[in-house]
Amino acid sequence: MSEVIVITSGKGGVGKTTTSANIGTGLAMLGMRVALIDTDIGLRNLDVVMGLENRIVYNLVDVVEGNCRMKQALIRDKRYPNLYLLPSAQTRDKSAVNPEQMIKLTEDLKEDFDYILLDCPAGIEQGFRNAIAGADRALVVTTPEVSAIRDADRIIGLLEARDMGQVQLIVNRVRTDMVRRGDMMSVDDVMDILAVPLLGAIPDDESIVVSTNQGEPLAGTDTPAGQAYLDICKRLLGEDIPLSVHDTGRGLISRITGFLKRA
Amino acid sequence: MTRRSRMLGRRSGEIARKRLKLLLVADKTNCSPEFLEMIKDDIFQVVSKYMEIDSGDIEVGLTKAFFYGISDCVPAFYTNIPIRCLSCKGIM
Repeated sequence: MSEVIVITSGKGGVGKTTTSANIGTGLAMLGMRVALIDTDIGLRNLDVVMGLENRIVYNLVDVVEGNCRMKQALIRDKRYPNLYLLPSAQTRDKSAVNPEQMIKLTEDLKEDFDYILLDCPAGIEQGFRNAIAGADRALVVTTPEVSAIRDADRIIGLLEARDMGQVQLIVNRVRTDMVRRGDMMSVDDVMDILAVPLLGAIPDDESIVVSTNQGEPLAGTDTPAGQAYLDICKRLLGEDIPLSVHDTGRGLISRITGFLKRA
Repeated sequence: MTRRSRMLGRRSGEIARKRLKLLLVADKTNCSPEFLEMIKDDIFQVVSKYMEIDSGDIEVGLTKAFFYGISDCVPAFYTNIPIRCLSCKGIM
């Protein structure tokens, strides 16, 4: 049984694309057949985060308009042969595709893939409506900040109004040291405010920047964010992994233990 | 963090949480945070006649709830008011 999952947030810059790339990579690492779809028409980014920008020939709009077959547009990942990317078009805009076409596209992909992940654009306009049209489940990405949570709340309201099956939360860029001293809302605070079940929390980790620079998602690597993303993937597959924030080593105790480890 | 909030012992995470709670209700009900503050003040005026409460503790929010006689889940207004002392006002 394949599943279509949309990764959305409302606000831009909270980590939708990074999360899509890492969940896609993590699921592929766990043996699933995964298709990543960049639905941000006009502002494509998932290709660079995946490090596949040089292999693009056709895109989502070409498939929808019938200029090519689906198989010609799908790009195979560098590392995982069971992971594919359908890039977005860079020279078109959101109106090039409608929700019915997106439903058809995801239905077609269901035949060949276990998971179809849709990276949603920011905002609540047509791009968002296109992205959620064919989805069975939604992952709402937010950060522990007032503006991101406000937008996430709005998105959750819209998803519920459209009868989205399951809506789950990912809290990104958590800094345990700041939470500890009371200068950042905790994951529990965010869950309490948004009243949506949590799928996972990702620590604010420098390795994310490095991984994006290199175009290689870090899910599954020995980094706090890499482990957190792998945990999320396992939870998606139904494994019972306890919810905890992996420490980034900014706190005093972890800095001391880190120093002792290096010494 | 301002000197005032530091003196009150409130950290910025707590300030953010409280601001958001009001903000989200305001967004959903199309009314301003000031309007909600007015409701809170009025609730405080009434309830404080009967028991000892602190105006800073009152939380208001919107939720979804089932009510007797209504089949669908409907929006509901809720308020949480921690009681400082129950029997102080001589009512009990």
